[in-house]
Amino acid sequence: MSIKVENLSYIYMKDTVFEHKALDDVSFEIKDGEFLGLIGHTGSGKSTLIQHLNGLMKPTSGKVFIDEDDINSKTTVKKTIRERVGLVFQYPEHQLFEETVFRDVAYGPKNLGLDDNEIENRVRFALDMVKLDYNEIKDISPFDLSGGQKRRVAIAGVLAMKPKILILDEPTAGLDPRGRDEILGEIKELHETHKITVILVSHSMEDIAKLVDKIIVMNKGKIVFIDKPSVIFRESLMLESIGLGVPQATKLARELKEKGLDIGECLSIEDAKLQILKVLRSKKND
Amino acid sequence: MIKDITIGQYIPADTPVHNLDPRSKIIITFVFITALFLVNTFFGYIYILAFMGIALGLSKISPKYLFRGLKPLVFIIVLTAILNIFMTEGEIIYKLWKLTITKEGLIQAAFMCIRLVFLITGASLLTLTTSPIALTDGIEKLLNPFKKIGVPAHELAMMMTIALRFIPTLLEETDKIMKAQMARGADFESGNMIARAKAMVPLLVPLFISAFRRADELAMAMEARCYRGGDKRTRMKQLKFEMRDIYASIITIAFGGLIIWSRF
Repeated sequence: MSIKVENLSYIYMKDTVFEHKALDDVSFEIKDGEFLGLIGHTGSGKSTLIQHLNGLMKPTSGKVFIDEDDINSKTTVKKTIRERVGLVFQYPEHQLFEETVFRDVAYGPKNLGLDDNEIENRVRFALDMVKLDYNEIKDISPFDLSGGQKRRVAIAGVLAMKPKILILDEPTAGLDPRGRDEILGEIKELHETHKITVILVSHSMEDIAKLVDKIIVMNKGKIVFIDKPSVIFRESLMLESIGLGVPQATKLARELKEKGLDIGECLSIEDAKLQILKVLRSKKND
Repeated sequence: MIKDITIGQYIPADTPVHNLDPRSKIIITFVFITALFLVNTFFGYIYILAFMGIALGLSKISPKYLFRGLKPLVFIIVLTAILNIFMTEGEIIYKLWKLTITKEGLIQAAFMCIRLVFLITGASLLTLTTSPIALTDGIEKLLNPFKKIGVPAHELAMMMTIALRFIPTLLEETDKIMKAQMARGADFESGNMIARAKAMVPLLVPLFISAFRRADELAMAMEARCYRGGDKRTRMKQLKFEMRDIYASIITIAFGGLIIWSRF
Protein backbone atom coordinates (compact mmCIF):
# COMPACT_ATOMS: atom_id res chain seq x y z
CA MET A 1 0.00 0.00 0.00
CA SER A 2 1.22 3.44 -0.76
CA ILE A 3 1.09 6.61 1.27
CA LYS A 4 0.94 10.08 -0.20
CA VAL A 5 1.17 13.23 1.88
CA GLU A 6 0.39 16.59 0.29
CA ASN A 7 1.27 19.98 1.82
CA LEU A 8 0.54 18.77 5.33
CA SER A 9 0.66 21.39 8.10
CA TYR A 10 -0.32 21.12 11.72
CA ILE A 11 -0.46 23.85 14.34
CA TYR A 12 -0.67 22.94 18.04
CA MET A 13 -3.04 24.98 20.23
CA LYS A 14 -3.94 27.38 17.46
CA ASP A 15 -4.94 30.93 18.48
CA THR A 16 -3.41 30.74 21.96
CA VAL A 17 -0.12 32.01 23.36
CA PHE A 18 1.12 28.42 23.17
CA GLU A 19 0.64 28.22 19.40
CA HIS A 20 3.34 26.12 17.78
CA LYS A 21 3.78 24.96 14.22
CA ALA A 22 4.60 21.25 14.45
CA LEU A 23 4.39 20.43 10.75
CA ASP A 24 5.07 22.92 8.02
CA ASP A 25 4.05 22.11 4.46
CA VAL A 26 5.23 18.50 4.39
CA SER A 27 4.88 16.51 1.16
CA PHE A 28 6.21 13.06 0.28
CA GLU A 29 5.25 9.70 -1.12
CA ILE A 30 6.00 6.16 0.06
CA LYS A 31 5.62 3.31 -2.41
CA ASP A 32 4.18 -0.10 -1.70
CA GLY A 33 6.64 -2.40 0.11
CA GLU A 34 9.19 0.25 0.96
CA PHE A 35 11.16 0.29 4.20
CA LEU A 36 11.46 3.89 5.26
CA GLY A 37 13.40 5.52 8.07
CA LEU A 38 12.22 8.74 9.70
CA ILE A 39 14.85 10.64 11.64
CA GLY A 40 14.94 14.00 13.31
CA HIS A 41 15.82 15.71 16.56
CA THR A 42 13.36 15.65 19.49
CA GLY A 43 10.54 18.04 18.63
CA SER A 44 11.18 17.95 14.90
CA GLY A 45 7.63 16.77 14.21
CA LYS A 46 8.21 13.05 13.65
CA SER A 47 5.59 11.88 16.12
CA THR A 48 3.08 14.43 14.91
CA LEU A 49 3.66 13.32 11.34
CA ILE A 50 3.11 9.61 11.98
CA GLN A 51 -0.08 10.28 13.90
CA HIS A 52 -1.45 11.93 10.80
CA LEU A 53 -0.82 8.81 8.76
CA ASN A 54 -3.58 6.79 10.42
CA GLY A 55 -6.00 9.59 11.13
CA LEU A 56 -5.32 10.02 14.85
CA MET A 57 -4.63 13.68 14.22
CA LYS A 58 -6.45 15.96 11.84
CA PRO A 59 -4.24 18.20 9.72
CA THR A 60 -4.65 21.96 10.01
CA SER A 61 -4.21 21.98 6.24
CA GLY A 62 -3.10 19.51 3.59
CA LYS A 63 -4.06 15.94 2.74
CA VAL A 64 -3.05 12.36 3.47
CA PHE A 65 -3.84 9.56 1.04
CA ILE A 66 -3.58 5.85 1.77
CA ASP A 67 -3.93 4.00 -1.53
CA GLU A 68 -5.69 6.95 -3.15
CA ASP A 69 -8.18 7.26 -0.25
CA ASP A 70 -8.21 10.65 1.40
CA ILE A 71 -8.20 9.55 5.05
CA ASN A 72 -9.74 12.74 6.38
CA SER A 73 -12.67 12.88 3.98
CA LYS A 74 -16.07 12.39 5.60
CA THR A 75 -16.79 9.19 3.69
CA THR A 76 -13.70 7.36 4.98
CA VAL A 77 -14.31 5.17 8.02
CA LYS A 78 -11.45 5.71 10.48
CA LYS A 79 -11.45 2.10 11.65
CA THR A 80 -10.68 0.79 8.15
CA ILE A 81 -7.73 3.18 7.96
CA ARG A 82 -6.44 2.01 11.33
CA GLU A 83 -6.80 -1.59 10.21
CA ARG A 84 -4.60 -0.87 7.19
CA VAL A 85 -2.09 1.37 8.94
CA GLY A 86 -0.76 -0.12 12.17
CA LEU A 87 0.89 2.35 14.53
CA VAL A 88 3.16 1.23 17.37
CA PHE A 89 3.75 4.09 19.78
CA GLN A 90 6.89 4.75 21.78
CA TYR A 91 7.02 2.50 24.86
CA PRO A 92 4.03 0.50 23.61
CA GLU A 93 4.13 -1.70 26.74
CA HIS A 94 2.47 1.21 28.59
CA GLN A 95 -0.76 0.45 26.78
CA LEU A 96 -1.12 -3.14 28.07
CA PHE A 97 -4.22 -3.62 30.20
CA GLU A 98 -5.71 -7.11 29.94
CA GLU A 99 -5.45 -10.02 32.34
CA THR A 100 -3.76 -12.36 29.92
CA VAL A 101 -1.46 -11.93 26.95
CA PHE A 102 -4.02 -13.61 24.69
CA ARG A 103 -6.76 -11.16 25.58
CA ASP A 104 -4.48 -8.19 25.20
CA VAL A 105 -3.29 -9.16 21.74
CA ALA A 106 -6.88 -10.04 20.82
CA TYR A 107 -8.09 -6.53 21.69
CA GLY A 108 -7.38 -5.09 18.24
CA PRO A 109 -8.90 -7.96 16.20
CA LYS A 110 -11.93 -7.94 18.52
CA ASN A 111 -12.45 -4.24 17.80
CA LEU A 112 -12.44 -5.10 14.11
CA GLY A 113 -15.40 -7.41 14.79
CA LEU A 114 -13.72 -10.67 13.72
CA ASP A 115 -15.03 -14.08 14.84
CA ASP A 116 -13.37 -16.12 17.59
CA ASN A 117 -11.63 -18.50 15.23
CA GLU A 118 -10.04 -15.73 13.22
CA ILE A 119 -9.09 -13.89 16.40
CA GLU A 120 -7.22 -16.95 17.65
CA ASN A 121 -5.43 -17.29 14.31
CA ARG A 122 -4.45 -13.65 14.42
CA VAL A 123 -3.11 -13.89 17.96
CA ARG A 124 -1.09 -16.98 17.03
CA PHE A 125 0.28 -15.22 13.97
CA ALA A 126 1.18 -12.04 15.85
CA LEU A 127 2.89 -13.78 18.77
CA ASP A 128 4.73 -15.97 16.29
CA MET A 129 5.96 -12.90 14.41
CA VAL A 130 7.51 -11.45 17.57
CA LYS A 131 9.06 -14.85 18.42
CA LEU A 132 6.95 -15.59 21.48
CA ASP A 133 5.64 -19.11 22.11
CA TYR A 134 1.85 -19.01 21.86
CA ASN A 135 1.08 -21.94 24.18
CA GLU A 136 3.60 -20.89 26.77
CA ILE A 137 2.63 -17.25 27.03
CA LYS A 138 -1.05 -16.91 26.17
CA ASP A 139 -2.40 -17.33 29.72
CA ILE A 140 0.23 -15.31 31.53
CA SER A 141 -0.53 -11.79 32.78
CA PRO A 142 1.32 -9.29 30.59
CA PHE A 143 2.39 -7.48 33.75
CA ASP A 144 4.45 -10.48 34.88
CA LEU A 145 6.65 -10.41 31.78
CA SER A 146 10.09 -8.88 31.39
CA GLY A 147 10.52 -5.47 29.75
CA GLY A 148 11.51 -6.88 26.36
CA GLN A 149 8.69 -9.43 26.40
CA LYS A 150 6.14 -6.76 27.31
CA ARG A 151 7.30 -4.70 24.37
CA ARG A 152 6.86 -7.70 22.05
CA VAL A 153 3.36 -8.42 23.31
CA ALA A 154 2.45 -4.79 22.71
CA ILE A 155 3.87 -4.87 19.18
CA ALA A 156 1.99 -8.15 18.60
CA GLY A 157 -1.18 -6.30 19.63
CA VAL A 158 -0.78 -4.10 16.57
CA LEU A 159 0.42 -6.88 14.25
CA ALA A 160 -2.70 -8.90 15.09
CA MET A 161 -4.69 -6.36 13.09
CA LYS A 162 -2.67 -7.46 10.05
CA PRO A 163 -1.80 -3.96 8.87
CA LYS A 164 -0.47 -3.44 5.35
CA ILE A 165 1.57 -0.50 6.58
CA LEU A 166 3.41 -0.68 9.88
CA ILE A 167 4.69 2.45 11.61
CA LEU A 168 6.96 2.08 14.64
CA ASP A 169 7.96 5.01 16.84
CA GLU A 170 11.34 4.22 18.45
CA PRO A 171 10.56 0.52 18.94
CA THR A 172 13.93 -0.15 20.56
CA ALA A 173 14.03 2.76 23.04
CA GLY A 174 15.19 1.57 26.45
CA LEU A 175 16.03 -2.00 25.38
CA ASP A 176 19.40 -3.69 25.85
CA PRO A 177 21.50 -4.34 22.71
CA ARG A 178 20.26 -7.91 22.37
CA GLY A 179 16.62 -6.97 22.75
CA ARG A 180 17.17 -4.23 20.21
CA ASP A 181 18.71 -6.51 17.62
CA GLU A 182 15.97 -9.08 18.09
CA ILE A 183 13.13 -6.61 17.66
CA LEU A 184 14.75 -5.02 14.60
CA GLY A 185 15.35 -8.50 13.14
CA GLU A 186 11.70 -9.36 13.59
CA ILE A 187 10.62 -6.15 11.90
CA LYS A 188 12.95 -6.87 9.00
CA GLU A 189 11.59 -10.38 8.64
CA LEU A 190 8.05 -9.05 8.69
CA HIS A 191 8.93 -6.64 5.92
CA GLU A 192 10.58 -9.29 3.80
CA THR A 193 8.20 -12.22 4.21
CA HIS A 194 4.90 -10.36 4.34
CA LYS A 195 5.81 -7.53 1.98
CA ILE A 196 4.39 -4.85 4.23
CA THR A 197 5.41 -1.23 4.06
CA VAL A 198 7.35 -0.20 7.16
CA ILE A 199 8.11 3.24 8.54
CA LEU A 200 10.69 3.21 11.33
CA VAL A 201 11.17 6.27 13.51
CA SER A 202 14.52 6.17 15.24
CA HIS A 203 17.30 8.15 16.81
CA SER A 204 19.87 5.48 16.13
CA MET A 205 21.66 6.08 12.84
CA GLU A 206 23.12 2.56 13.07
CA ASP A 207 19.68 0.91 13.10
CA ILE A 208 18.38 3.11 10.33
CA ALA A 209 21.42 2.61 8.07
CA LYS A 210 21.26 -1.16 8.46
CA LEU A 211 17.59 -1.59 7.61
CA VAL A 212 15.95 1.04 5.47
CA ASP A 213 15.77 1.73 1.73
CA LYS A 214 15.04 5.40 2.11
CA ILE A 215 15.36 8.06 4.81
CA ILE A 216 13.31 11.13 5.56
CA VAL A 217 15.17 13.71 7.65
CA MET A 218 13.02 16.20 9.51
CA ASN A 219 13.92 19.46 11.22
CA LYS A 220 11.57 21.99 12.84
CA GLY A 221 8.48 20.53 11.20
CA LYS A 222 9.94 20.46 7.72
CA ILE A 223 11.44 17.72 5.58
CA VAL A 224 15.10 18.46 4.98
CA PHE A 225 16.07 15.40 2.93
CA ILE A 226 14.47 12.36 1.37
CA ASP A 227 16.99 9.95 -0.12
CA LYS A 228 18.90 6.67 0.14
CA PRO A 229 20.95 6.22 3.35
CA SER A 230 24.25 6.33 1.46
CA VAL A 231 23.35 9.72 0.00
CA ILE A 232 21.96 11.14 3.24
CA PHE A 233 24.99 10.17 5.30
CA ARG A 234 27.28 12.01 2.92
CA GLU A 235 25.81 15.21 4.41
CA SER A 236 27.37 14.73 7.83
CA LEU A 237 27.89 18.45 8.47
CA MET A 238 24.29 19.24 7.64
CA LEU A 239 23.08 16.39 9.86
CA GLU A 240 25.22 17.57 12.73
CA SER A 241 23.92 21.12 12.38
CA ILE A 242 20.37 19.86 13.07
CA GLY A 243 21.45 17.78 16.05
CA LEU A 244 21.86 14.44 14.29
CA GLY A 245 24.91 12.45 13.29
CA VAL A 246 26.02 9.70 10.94
CA PRO A 247 26.65 6.02 11.81
CA GLN A 248 29.96 5.39 13.58
CA ALA A 249 31.18 3.20 10.72
CA THR A 250 30.47 5.93 8.16
CA LYS A 251 32.35 8.44 10.29
CA LEU A 252 35.30 6.11 10.68
CA ALA A 253 35.52 5.38 6.96
CA ARG A 254 35.38 9.07 6.14
CA GLU A 255 38.15 9.92 8.57
CA LEU A 256 40.33 7.10 7.27
CA LYS A 257 39.80 8.40 3.75
CA GLU A 258 40.87 11.89 4.82
CA LYS A 259 44.04 10.31 6.18
CA GLY A 260 44.74 8.87 2.76
CA LEU A 261 43.31 5.37 2.93
CA ASP A 262 41.59 4.25 -0.27
CA ILE A 263 38.20 3.34 1.20
CA GLY A 264 34.62 3.79 0.00
CA GLU A 265 31.40 4.73 1.80
CA CYS A 266 30.37 2.40 4.63
CA LEU A 267 27.01 2.18 6.38
CA SER A 268 27.51 -0.66 8.84
CA ILE A 269 30.33 -2.02 10.98
CA GLU A 270 30.27 -5.21 8.92
CA ASP A 271 30.66 -3.13 5.78
CA ALA A 272 33.55 -1.14 7.26
CA LYS A 273 35.31 -4.31 8.37
CA LEU A 274 35.24 -5.78 4.87
CA GLN A 275 36.43 -2.57 3.25
CA ILE A 276 39.27 -2.00 5.70
CA LEU A 277 40.45 -5.62 5.40
CA LYS A 278 40.41 -5.32 1.63
CA VAL A 279 42.54 -2.19 1.71
CA LEU A 280 44.99 -3.66 4.22
CA ARG A 281 45.38 -6.89 2.20
CA SER A 282 45.99 -5.06 -1.05
CA LYS A 283 48.66 -3.01 0.75
CA LYS A 284 50.34 -6.17 1.98
CA ASN A 285 50.50 -7.49 -1.56
CA ASP A 286 52.26 -4.38 -2.85
CA MET B 1 -8.24 17.17 22.01
CA ILE B 2 -7.98 16.45 25.72
CA LYS B 3 -5.07 18.85 26.05
CA ASP B 4 -7.35 21.81 25.43
CA ILE B 5 -8.69 21.78 29.01
CA THR B 6 -7.77 25.14 30.53
CA ILE B 7 -8.96 25.03 34.16
CA GLY B 8 -6.19 26.13 36.46
CA GLN B 9 -3.99 27.11 33.56
CA TYR B 10 -1.31 29.72 34.10
CA ILE B 11 -0.48 32.24 31.38
CA PRO B 12 2.98 33.67 32.00
CA ALA B 13 3.50 37.41 31.43
CA ASP B 14 5.25 40.38 32.99
CA THR B 15 2.47 42.60 34.35
CA PRO B 16 1.80 44.26 37.74
CA VAL B 17 -0.80 41.59 38.50
CA HIS B 18 1.52 38.71 37.62
CA ASN B 19 4.33 40.19 39.69
CA LEU B 20 2.23 40.74 42.79
CA ASP B 21 3.22 38.61 45.76
CA PRO B 22 1.10 35.44 45.70
CA ARG B 23 0.10 36.05 49.32
CA SER B 24 -1.39 39.43 48.37
CA LYS B 25 -3.18 37.86 45.45
CA ILE B 26 -4.71 35.09 47.55
CA ILE B 27 -5.87 37.55 50.23
CA ILE B 28 -7.22 39.96 47.61
CA THR B 29 -9.14 37.11 46.00
CA PHE B 30 -10.62 36.22 49.40
CA VAL B 31 -11.61 39.84 50.00
CA PHE B 32 -13.10 39.92 46.51
CA ILE B 33 -15.16 36.78 47.12
CA THR B 34 -16.34 38.01 50.53
CA ALA B 35 -17.29 41.34 48.98
CA LEU B 36 -19.18 39.49 46.28
CA PHE B 37 -21.37 37.85 48.92
CA LEU B 38 -21.90 41.14 50.72
CA VAL B 39 -23.34 42.84 47.65
CA ASN B 40 -27.10 42.98 48.02
CA THR B 41 -28.22 45.19 45.13
CA PHE B 42 -27.61 45.09 41.40
CA PHE B 43 -26.03 48.51 41.79
CA GLY B 44 -23.34 47.01 44.04
CA TYR B 45 -22.14 44.84 41.16
CA ILE B 46 -20.84 47.98 39.43
CA TYR B 47 -18.05 48.17 42.04
CA ILE B 48 -17.29 44.48 41.55
CA LEU B 49 -17.22 44.95 37.80
CA ALA B 50 -14.92 47.97 38.12
CA PHE B 51 -12.53 46.08 40.40
CA MET B 52 -12.51 43.07 38.13
CA GLY B 53 -12.02 45.35 35.11
CA ILE B 54 -8.99 47.06 36.65
CA ALA B 55 -7.39 43.74 37.59
CA LEU B 56 -8.12 42.25 34.17
CA GLY B 57 -6.83 45.35 32.37
CA LEU B 58 -3.59 45.38 34.36
CA SER B 59 -3.05 41.65 33.87
CA LYS B 60 -3.40 41.90 30.06
CA ILE B 61 -5.22 38.55 30.05
CA SER B 62 -7.66 38.32 27.19
CA PRO B 63 -11.27 38.10 28.48
CA LYS B 64 -11.64 35.15 26.11
CA TYR B 65 -9.59 33.03 28.51
CA LEU B 66 -11.69 34.09 31.45
CA PHE B 67 -14.88 33.04 29.73
CA ARG B 68 -13.40 29.79 28.53
CA GLY B 69 -13.07 28.87 32.20
CA LEU B 70 -16.84 29.27 32.54
CA LYS B 71 -17.64 26.68 29.92
CA PRO B 72 -17.38 23.54 32.07
CA LEU B 73 -19.48 25.22 34.75
CA VAL B 74 -22.33 26.34 32.50
CA PHE B 75 -24.39 23.42 33.80
CA ILE B 76 -24.15 24.62 37.40
CA ILE B 77 -25.01 28.19 36.42
CA VAL B 78 -28.06 27.06 34.44
CA LEU B 79 -29.18 24.78 37.27
CA THR B 80 -28.89 27.65 39.75
CA ALA B 81 -30.95 29.86 37.47
CA ILE B 82 -33.69 27.24 37.05
CA LEU B 83 -33.92 26.47 40.76
CA ASN B 84 -34.14 30.15 41.60
CA ILE B 85 -36.75 30.90 38.96
CA PHE B 86 -39.12 28.16 40.09
CA MET B 87 -38.49 27.96 43.81
CA THR B 88 -38.81 31.59 44.84
CA GLU B 89 -42.18 32.66 46.18
CA GLY B 90 -43.72 36.00 45.32
CA GLU B 91 -45.73 37.78 42.64
CA ILE B 92 -46.73 35.14 40.07
CA ILE B 93 -46.10 36.02 36.43
CA TYR B 94 -46.69 32.68 34.77
CA LYS B 95 -48.20 29.43 35.99
CA LEU B 96 -47.83 26.02 34.40
CA TRP B 97 -49.45 23.20 36.36
CA LYS B 98 -47.47 23.13 39.61
CA LEU B 99 -44.57 25.22 38.35
CA THR B 100 -44.76 28.92 38.90
CA ILE B 101 -42.52 31.68 37.71
CA THR B 102 -42.40 34.70 39.97
CA LYS B 103 -41.02 38.16 39.47
CA GLU B 104 -38.88 37.76 42.56
CA GLY B 105 -37.65 34.46 41.19
CA LEU B 106 -36.41 36.01 37.94
CA ILE B 107 -34.64 38.79 39.79
CA GLN B 108 -33.12 36.34 42.25
CA ALA B 109 -31.94 34.07 39.39
CA ALA B 110 -30.25 36.94 37.56
CA PHE B 111 -28.64 38.07 40.80
CA MET B 112 -27.31 34.62 41.63
CA CYS B 113 -25.99 33.98 38.12
CA ILE B 114 -24.08 37.24 38.06
CA ARG B 115 -22.62 36.33 41.45
CA LEU B 116 -21.54 32.92 40.21
CA VAL B 117 -19.98 34.30 37.03
CA PHE B 118 -17.97 36.83 39.06
CA LEU B 119 -16.98 34.14 41.53
CA ILE B 120 -15.62 31.83 38.85
CA THR B 121 -13.94 34.50 36.76
CA GLY B 122 -12.39 36.05 39.88
CA ALA B 123 -10.91 32.75 40.95
CA SER B 124 -9.76 32.02 37.38
CA LEU B 125 -7.96 35.35 37.27
CA LEU B 126 -5.94 34.25 40.28
CA THR B 127 -4.83 30.97 38.66
CA LEU B 128 -4.32 32.56 35.25
CA THR B 129 -1.85 35.09 36.64
CA THR B 130 -0.12 33.01 39.34
CA SER B 131 2.08 30.02 38.62
CA PRO B 132 1.09 26.91 40.58
CA ILE B 133 4.41 26.96 42.39
CA ALA B 134 3.96 30.57 43.51
CA LEU B 135 0.40 29.79 44.52
CA THR B 136 1.33 26.91 46.79
CA ASP B 137 4.26 28.91 48.19
CA GLY B 138 1.79 31.61 49.08
CA ILE B 139 -0.61 29.16 50.68
CA GLU B 140 2.17 27.60 52.70
CA LYS B 141 3.27 30.99 54.02
CA LEU B 142 -0.28 32.00 54.85
CA LEU B 143 -0.89 28.72 56.70
CA ASN B 144 2.34 29.02 58.67
CA PRO B 145 0.71 30.63 61.75
CA PHE B 146 -1.62 27.63 62.00
CA LYS B 147 1.30 25.24 62.32
CA LYS B 148 1.16 25.81 66.07
CA ILE B 149 -2.23 24.17 66.24
CA GLY B 150 -1.02 21.21 64.22
CA VAL B 151 -1.80 22.15 60.60
CA PRO B 152 0.88 20.47 58.44
CA ALA B 153 1.32 23.56 56.25
CA HIS B 154 4.39 22.44 54.38
CA GLU B 155 3.11 18.94 53.68
CA LEU B 156 -0.22 20.30 52.42
CA ALA B 157 1.57 22.74 50.14
CA MET B 158 3.91 20.04 48.85
CA MET B 159 0.99 17.73 48.11
CA MET B 160 -0.75 20.50 46.23
CA THR B 161 2.37 21.35 44.26
CA ILE B 162 2.81 17.72 43.24
CA ALA B 163 -0.85 17.28 42.33
CA LEU B 164 -0.84 20.43 40.21
CA ARG B 165 2.46 19.50 38.63
CA PHE B 166 1.07 16.16 37.48
CA ILE B 167 -2.21 17.37 35.97
CA PRO B 168 -0.66 18.19 32.56
CA THR B 169 1.51 15.06 32.69
CA LEU B 170 -1.45 12.80 33.32
CA LEU B 171 -3.52 14.57 30.68
CA GLU B 172 -0.75 13.99 28.18
CA GLU B 173 -0.50 10.36 29.26
CA THR B 174 -4.26 9.92 28.86
CA ASP B 175 -4.05 11.41 25.40
CA LYS B 176 -1.23 9.07 24.46
CA ILE B 177 -2.86 5.89 25.76
CA MET B 178 -6.15 6.89 24.16
CA LYS B 179 -4.43 7.26 20.82
CA ALA B 180 -2.55 3.98 21.23
CA GLN B 181 -5.81 2.14 21.88
CA MET B 182 -7.54 4.01 19.05
CA ALA B 183 -4.75 2.78 16.78
CA ARG B 184 -5.90 -0.70 17.83
CA GLY B 185 -9.45 0.09 16.76
CA ALA B 186 -10.83 1.30 20.12
CA ASP B 187 -13.86 3.53 19.95
CA PHE B 188 -14.41 5.95 22.83
CA GLU B 189 -17.06 8.08 21.24
CA SER B 190 -20.01 5.95 20.19
CA GLY B 191 -22.34 3.45 21.84
CA ASN B 192 -24.58 3.67 24.90
CA MET B 193 -23.50 4.42 28.47
CA ILE B 194 -22.51 0.83 29.29
CA ALA B 195 -20.51 0.36 26.07
CA ARG B 196 -18.71 3.64 26.74
CA ALA B 197 -17.92 2.75 30.32
CA LYS B 198 -16.56 -0.59 29.15
CA ALA B 199 -14.45 1.14 26.51
CA MET B 200 -12.76 3.11 29.30
CA VAL B 201 -11.13 0.03 30.84
CA PRO B 202 -8.28 -0.13 28.27
CA LEU B 203 -7.65 3.54 29.04
CA LEU B 204 -7.95 3.53 32.84
CA VAL B 205 -5.90 0.43 33.64
CA PRO B 206 -2.72 1.69 31.89
CA LEU B 207 -3.33 5.18 33.26
CA PHE B 208 -3.50 3.97 36.88
CA ILE B 209 -0.44 1.79 36.42
CA SER B 210 1.50 4.71 35.03
CA ALA B 211 0.31 7.05 37.78
CA PHE B 212 1.51 4.60 40.44
CA ARG B 213 4.80 4.13 38.63
CA ARG B 214 5.32 7.88 38.47
CA ALA B 215 4.45 8.31 42.15
CA ASP B 216 6.97 5.63 43.03
CA GLU B 217 9.69 7.17 40.89
CA LEU B 218 9.04 10.64 42.27
CA ALA B 219 9.18 9.39 45.88
CA MET B 220 12.46 7.67 45.09
CA ALA B 221 13.91 10.79 43.44
CA MET B 222 12.89 12.97 46.39
CA GLU B 223 14.37 10.47 48.82
CA ALA B 224 17.59 10.39 46.80
CA ARG B 225 17.88 14.13 47.23
CA CYS B 226 17.34 13.83 50.98
CA TYR B 227 13.94 15.48 51.08
CA ARG B 228 12.81 15.66 54.70
CA GLY B 229 9.87 18.04 54.71
CA GLY B 230 9.14 21.35 56.37
CA ASP B 231 11.40 22.35 59.24
CA LYS B 232 14.61 24.22 58.53
CA ARG B 233 13.98 24.09 54.81
CA THR B 234 15.18 27.21 53.02
CA ARG B 235 14.00 28.35 49.64
CA MET B 236 15.67 29.82 46.59
CA LYS B 237 12.98 32.40 45.89
CA GLN B 238 12.00 34.26 49.05
CA LEU B 239 8.59 35.87 48.91
CA LYS B 240 8.82 39.61 49.53
CA PHE B 241 6.17 42.29 49.91
CA GLU B 242 6.93 45.28 47.70
CA MET B 243 5.45 48.69 46.97
CA ARG B 244 3.01 47.27 44.45
CA ASP B 245 1.63 44.95 47.14
CA ILE B 246 0.96 47.97 49.31
CA TYR B 247 -0.78 49.79 46.45
CA ALA B 248 -2.87 46.72 45.69
CA SER B 249 -3.80 46.41 49.37
CA ILE B 250 -4.88 50.06 49.53
CA ILE B 251 -7.09 49.64 46.47
CA THR B 252 -8.57 46.44 47.89
CA ILE B 253 -9.32 48.04 51.26
CA ALA B 254 -11.01 50.96 49.49
CA PHE B 255 -12.96 48.49 47.39
CA GLY B 256 -14.08 46.55 50.47
CA GLY B 257 -15.12 49.80 52.14
CA LEU B 258 -17.18 50.82 49.10
CA ILE B 259 -18.98 47.49 49.10
CA ILE B 260 -19.86 47.74 52.79
CA TRP B 261 -20.96 51.35 52.33
CA SER B 262 -23.14 50.32 49.35
CA ARG B 263 -25.17 48.03 51.61
CA PHE B 264 -26.64 50.98 53.52
